[in-house]
Amino acid sequence: MSSADQQADIRGNRLDKDEIAKNFSDLHPPLSRSEALIAADRCYFCYDAPCTTACPTGIDIPGFIQKIRSDNLRGSAHTILSENIMGGMCARVCPTEVLCEEACVRNTHEEKPVEIGLLQRYATDPVFDQQVPLFSRAPETGKKVAVVGGGPAGLSCAHRLATLGHDVVVFNRDSKPGGLNEYGIAAYKAIDDFAQKEVEYIVSIGGIELRNNTALGRDFTLNELRQSYDAVFVGIGLGSTNELDLDRESLAGVDSAIEYIAELRQADDLSRLPVGRRVVVIGGGMTAIDIAVQSKRLGAEVVDLVYRRGPEQMGASQYEQNLAKTNGVTIHHWAQPVEIIGDDHVTTIRFERTALDGNGRLSSTGAQFELTADTVFKAIGQLLDIGVLGADTIGLEIRNDRIVVNDVGRTTLRKVWAGGDCVSGGDDLTVTAVQQGKIAAIDIDRRLRQE
Amino acid sequence: MADLKSNFLGITSPNPFWLASAPPTDKAYNVNRAFEAGWGGAVWKTLGEDPPIVNVSGPRYSAMHSNERRVIGFNNIELITDRPLATNLDEMRQIKKDWPDRALVASVMLPMNEETWARYLPMIEETGIDAFELNFGCPHGMSERGMGAAVGQVPEYIQMASEWAKKAASVPVIVKLTPNVASILPPAKAALDGGADAVSLINTINSIMRVDYDSLTMYPTTDGMGTHGGYCGEAVKPIALNMVAEIARTKETRAIPISGIGGITDWRDAVDFLALGASNVQVCTAAMVYGFKIIDDLVDGLSRFLDDKQLTLDQLIGKAVPSVTDWQYLNLNYVEKAVINQDLCIQCGRCHVVCEDTSHQAITHTVNGERHFEVIDAECVGCNLCVSVCPVDGCITMQQLTEGTDPRTGEPISRIKANWTAHPNNPMRKAD
Repeated sequence: MSSADQQADIRGNRLDKDEIAKNFSDLHPPLSRSEALIAADRCYFCYDAPCTTACPTGIDIPGFIQKIRSDNLRGSAHTILSENIMGGMCARVCPTEVLCEEACVRNTHEEKPVEIGLLQRYATDPVFDQQVPLFSRAPETGKKVAVVGGGPAGLSCAHRLATLGHDVVVFNRDSKPGGLNEYGIAAYKAIDDFAQKEVEYIVSIGGIELRNNTALGRDFTLNELRQSYDAVFVGIGLGSTNELDLDRESLAGVDSAIEYIAELRQADDLSRLPVGRRVVVIGGGMTAIDIAVQSKRLGAEVVDLVYRRGPEQMGASQYEQNLAKTNGVTIHHWAQPVEIIGDDHVTTIRFERTALDGNGRLSSTGAQFELTADTVFKAIGQLLDIGVLGADTIGLEIRNDRIVVNDVGRTTLRKVWAGGDCVSGGDDLTVTAVQQGKIAAIDIDRRLRQE
Repeated sequence: MADLKSNFLGITSPNPFWLASAPPTDKAYNVNRAFEAGWGGAVWKTLGEDPPIVNVSGPRYSAMHSNERRVIGFNNIELITDRPLATNLDEMRQIKKDWPDRALVASVMLPMNEETWARYLPMIEETGIDAFELNFGCPHGMSERGMGAAVGQVPEYIQMASEWAKKAASVPVIVKLTPNVASILPPAKAALDGGADAVSLINTINSIMRVDYDSLTMYPTTDGMGTHGGYCGEAVKPIALNMVAEIARTKETRAIPISGIGGITDWRDAVDFLALGASNVQVCTAAMVYGFKIIDDLVDGLSRFLDDKQLTLDQLIGKAVPSVTDWQYLNLNYVEKAVINQDLCIQCGRCHVVCEDTSHQAITHTVNGERHFEVIDAECVGCNLCVSVCPVDGCITMQQLTEGTDPRTGEPISRIKANWTAHPNNPMRKAD
């Protein structure tokens, strides 16, 4: 902790350990068997079920719920995980209120959907807790595939490839696998080291070699992989963050939300993690909500979240916005930062009011206001770290800062597939990354068998 | 509120709801609680010869549950009373004294010889009971000893024992019938021929609930072995209603009054039994699942229903019997089609998939590229399957075609009633 931090009132131990433990316990406690049976009974077993259509990974939701009803939990988990090997994490982090549960016909009937996310967790938890093997590998093909990135897209791709009989090496930049599941998800959504349990399960199928602390562009190049492997899958996520483009942006106290969340996720003792007394979050996506809520739960006294547009345009779902509000976060819409104020450390940040002009473009209304801040978190989106792709960028089409792929994940570079947040056309959801990893694996397999 | 005062065989009770002879009427403590709660009468737990029988000291009951653990069906292997006869008679005498306005009926099960009946019945009647109910119904345990359903399955035995009972008793005699028979009519006729004043039905149905999925033995067991029990509860109501209606509509049996039993849980179930010919009803399982307090809804609901219909209790009894007939008399010229109310439809598609998979392919799933469920009249046979499976009450209804042509058959809609007895395809048809 720097002296500037002390001056700015950034410190740990704002709350005692019990309070912290309570604040970072399971956001949605798991269902008991009785609760699950009652919840499962509410499923109508729809024809061509809208929930399944709404699921990016196409899980047969009525099918797995039917199996819960009959106490066939391993069968239920198999139904889930065969479409989405990260069905355990997705059960925790999916914005179900805009996916499967939004599509549930019970909404029309009684405005309360079947609790699909919680049921999915009920079915899959025992599999990860007890590491129950549900999948086996096809006969080995002798083909070797490199997967760059140990996040949801990469691990999903690796698991499917291993299932289909290929050998996979996963090159993972971080010291632990899991990507955003390990470093990015809000702590209360994936307690008890669930991300690692899931990775352990995925790798346990065999044929997957995990190489941590191995970064593209630093330790190896894409070209090297293309030469030594039969296929390459790139699932590197978005490695750098957007900037506000303001003066004094590097002032102490102006931090990246992504980095702070990663630190929080890896902290041994959350009660000692320093947090500002007054926190200002800039952004409107899930990361903005996560950092705002977690700051509050660490003991920040005042947390303001400022977003330049209205609630409808926020990347965070209505549920997430409400979560922030019920946690005491004040959300300010239609304002953007114009000046960071402070000498050694940020003290204040000035915003201008925004509105849409006649052409539908965001513009300033001229009105301004200031918020005092011990910490300002930037949560305004991430960018593809094009640098790590190196010279191989030539021939690899990149558009709007994302790698261009077709509908089965092929890039414009021969032998290279990609998926997850780093590709175009996604929605930055874990579940979408899992699906993209899966469909790329299926296409890679098809291609390798043709050779 | 309509008066529910009931008169069954001259036995009056404040309402037509009696507790059936079963565990809830085992002793004075229970029956006092029942009468305090408002039950109109009680048929005492079946009395037998001394020394009393013994029951197992393991599971006597088991249930079929919904996932919410609502009890849908219920099974028991309890035998008749396991207390000394004198104890029961003392308590019955006291109960009748304390509750003179309630019906108290003695259920009896005795070996098949006249002397026994002649000896026991006057002794029991001396307690002041209003009637006897002869238990020819229990399908488990006692039937192995030649009593209960073993008697109820042989009409000649029913008639014989009814005659003995009538000779020995001065109060009315009700014969309780077993449903474990091919047709309920011969047993009912036998009771009538034997001079019985009424029949009560149904007793329980032979049943094994399930196996234990760990041990792969039947469930439940007594020390590893199990035996079939008697099935009852909500699930058996339709079986009971059919038997009640058969007796009530058949010329040879319709003279005999009926006390209806089988799965009555709320007041609507009572309406079913009464309208199909029962003059009062008896309840057991619902009380064993929810306690005696259910009498509040039974009485209140039935009374309000009678108000709404502007009927007396007597007018309700048998009201639906004329609507029950044989299949051969159903009007084959009558045509209905299902209609889906699109404003109520929640788009689950259950109607489509069941019609597509198991019936007549008469419901769309897509119209103009949109998810849309609509009946195809040219395929709909009016089977009511979609109505039955639709989770939204009132969303799908059956509507009669009254004019024009049935798009399925191309035949004009006829207002003339025509049934199988005169149908050209019927080789046994009667001449016009």
